[in-house]
Amino acid sequence: MARRAVAISRKSGIGATLLVLVLILAALGAVLSRADAGAGLVRSDWLAIRFTVVQALWSAVLSVVLAVPVARALARRRFVGRAALVTLLGAPFILPVIVAVLGLLTVFGRSGWANLALDTAGLPLMSIYGFHGVVLAHVFFNLPLATRLLLQGWQSIPSERFRLAAQLRLTPRAMFRAVEWPMLMQVVPGALALVFVICLTSFAVALTLGGGPRATTIELAIYQAFRFDFDLGRAALLSILQLVLAGGMAIVALQFVPAIAVGGGLDRPLRRWDARGGAQRAIDAVAIVVAAAFLLLPLTAVVLRGAVGLPQMPASVYHAAGISVAVAGTSIVVMLALALPMAGWIAGREGGGVEAVGLLGLSASPLMIGTGWFILINPYADPFDFALVVTVLVNAMMALPFALRILVPRMRDTLDTYGRLSATLGLTGWPMWRLLILPRLRVQIGFAAGLTGALSMGDLGVIALFADPDAVTLPLQMYRLMGAYRMEAAAGAALLLLALSLGIFWICDKGGRWRADI
Amino acid sequence: MLTFEDAVIALGDFTLKADFSLQPGCKYAVIGPSGAGKSTLLNALSGFVPLSAGRLVWEGRDITDAAPGARPMTMLFQDNNLFPHLSVRQNVGLGIRPGLRLDAKDRARVAEALARVGLSGFADARPGNLSGGQQSRVALARVLVQARPLLLLDEPFAALGPALRREMLDLVQTLVAETGAALVMVTHAPEDVRRIADEVIFVEGGRAAAPRPAAALMDNPPPELKAYLG
Repeated sequence: MARRAVAISRKSGIGATLLVLVLILAALGAVLSRADAGAGLVRSDWLAIRFTVVQALWSAVLSVVLAVPVARALARRRFVGRAALVTLLGAPFILPVIVAVLGLLTVFGRSGWANLALDTAGLPLMSIYGFHGVVLAHVFFNLPLATRLLLQGWQSIPSERFRLAAQLRLTPRAMFRAVEWPMLMQVVPGALALVFVICLTSFAVALTLGGGPRATTIELAIYQAFRFDFDLGRAALLSILQLVLAGGMAIVALQFVPAIAVGGGLDRPLRRWDARGGAQRAIDAVAIVVAAAFLLLPLTAVVLRGAVGLPQMPASVYHAAGISVAVAGTSIVVMLALALPMAGWIAGREGGGVEAVGLLGLSASPLMIGTGWFILINPYADPFDFALVVTVLVNAMMALPFALRILVPRMRDTLDTYGRLSATLGLTGWPMWRLLILPRLRVQIGFAAGLTGALSMGDLGVIALFADPDAVTLPLQMYRLMGAYRMEAAAGAALLLLALSLGIFWICDKGGRWRADI
Repeated sequence: MLTFEDAVIALGDFTLKADFSLQPGCKYAVIGPSGAGKSTLLNALSGFVPLSAGRLVWEGRDITDAAPGARPMTMLFQDNNLFPHLSVRQNVGLGIRPGLRLDAKDRARVAEALARVGLSGFADARPGNLSGGQQSRVALARVLVQARPLLLLDEPFAALGPALRREMLDLVQTLVAETGAALVMVTHAPEDVRRIADEVIFVEGGRAAAPRPAAALMDNPPPELKAYLG
């Protein structure tokens, strides 16, 4: 109908977008200028490429295939604790990778619970390091994500279909073919693509569980070239490789990726009339119990072990925790300063498109951006002085795509509904933000801020490149404790990190909802 | 005086032509079939739809490209006339200062306007806690403090029951009589035309006709208006 009459300043939105682009492109330019193209790819690079792709494929396939029975069971069963389990499926989103790794080590590690059981039963022990461990950790993080995506798919099936199927007395197999298979064909490719892309750029998991020529991702190879050999040329070359591979795959894969509903709505089970047989009940029960155990055991391990380890933490852990809280808080501010004007600009446009800029931040590897900015800063100042600044910026950009997906729909809705009223009142500029947009978006702003804070709190990426003894974040301090085999102290730090991540998410999210009567 | 000079509104395939003047203090009813462009006409007046040709002139000044907030009029829409997250006082206060930095004099004006529409005790309430009629009164209180020379109504009372709607229209009539504002209201109800309007703008067939005296027109409608009224 009418043109969008709202005068949200486009300047700030365009400015924020340009800033993000400059941040990424300047890093890319620096990396390109230093890339040691003459050296070419050596054998270990090819191994890294192969390992990166193969582990991402396995992780994606396993996560999604295992998610099918879990999502189906959650979609068609009601039981006590179902809502809690669905909420738990969202937790890996804000769970620091290194915390989960420690939990997985406690359960599946050399002298972990699983091996203890295997040993008692006289079976051969398993090793969590290398390919298995990387895939295991990726499945731990992405099985819940895949399950949520599939559960969305199941809940998008109109209940009339199930009613019709019940009337026709379809057998379970026919039911699957007629109703569930078509939905899966639509949702599964997107879920596979998303998990695949996420695992391509995985760093912290490979850093802790991988390593060596047989289990090094490109991202880890960048880190090693940088940190151990201080070979900027190689690091730059690998960064470009990573950008081409992950960026290219992301562009292809994101065509399939479904909209991620980060909010609620999944807690309402469908009314179903089928699947009442004993075998089906048993299958569903097994799927739910196994999935819940797989997710809960490592978390329980972190809490139990951490409680024991808390008194053994050195003072440096508290110092690092303080730095991490400051980094997370600043990341939230930077993210909001970028995302809000961008969301305003995107929502004011007829088409989409600008969201792609946000996604660029996701596909550009944090380590590439870190390497690039190291190269840029190096001639003028000590890059290590800027470790925390770069970390804040990279963390804010990592969160940007999620923040835009959360903010833009509500922003669009607000402008559509109240834009004309604002225009007749001459409500523009800062008063419009203060009186209309911020109050109407506070729930979404709180949620986006919480996600950003938790992501930033738990991030072990760029900081590992730049770190010096003074500017250490909590995840890095924890990693160092693990590297020094001070596992009890590391477990204490893990518990602290877990509490801080969940806490910062909880505070922001609740703050957004507090007295939000709209 | 507000004048459309050979104005053409074009939205895709739809075009609407208008070439007439509105007099101060006069009450106009805009009638016509659904989809003929009644709301579009009001949106063009208030600046939400651009003119593709012609001019809009207010007292000799060209306001064709003026922003909605900079025009000599205020408009009530079919819905969303209030911000649900702001109090009644703030909603009315926005009519005085968009930044809501109100001084004592402004606050007194808000209180006066609320008293005038019978909502003195409701200044701190949120719109969501008010009835539909009360919400309409808040919007009218804001119209009062805005004190613009023209008031446009795009059926803001359509969701109210018949008795309440008449009550609101009576209130509107009293208010514009006090402030001397001209009124332009879209309506579907011939009885509203007879109760309130001095003149009628009939919109049909891609043209908004020049205003004609209401009583005479309704008593002796031309064929196309007769067909519409049934």
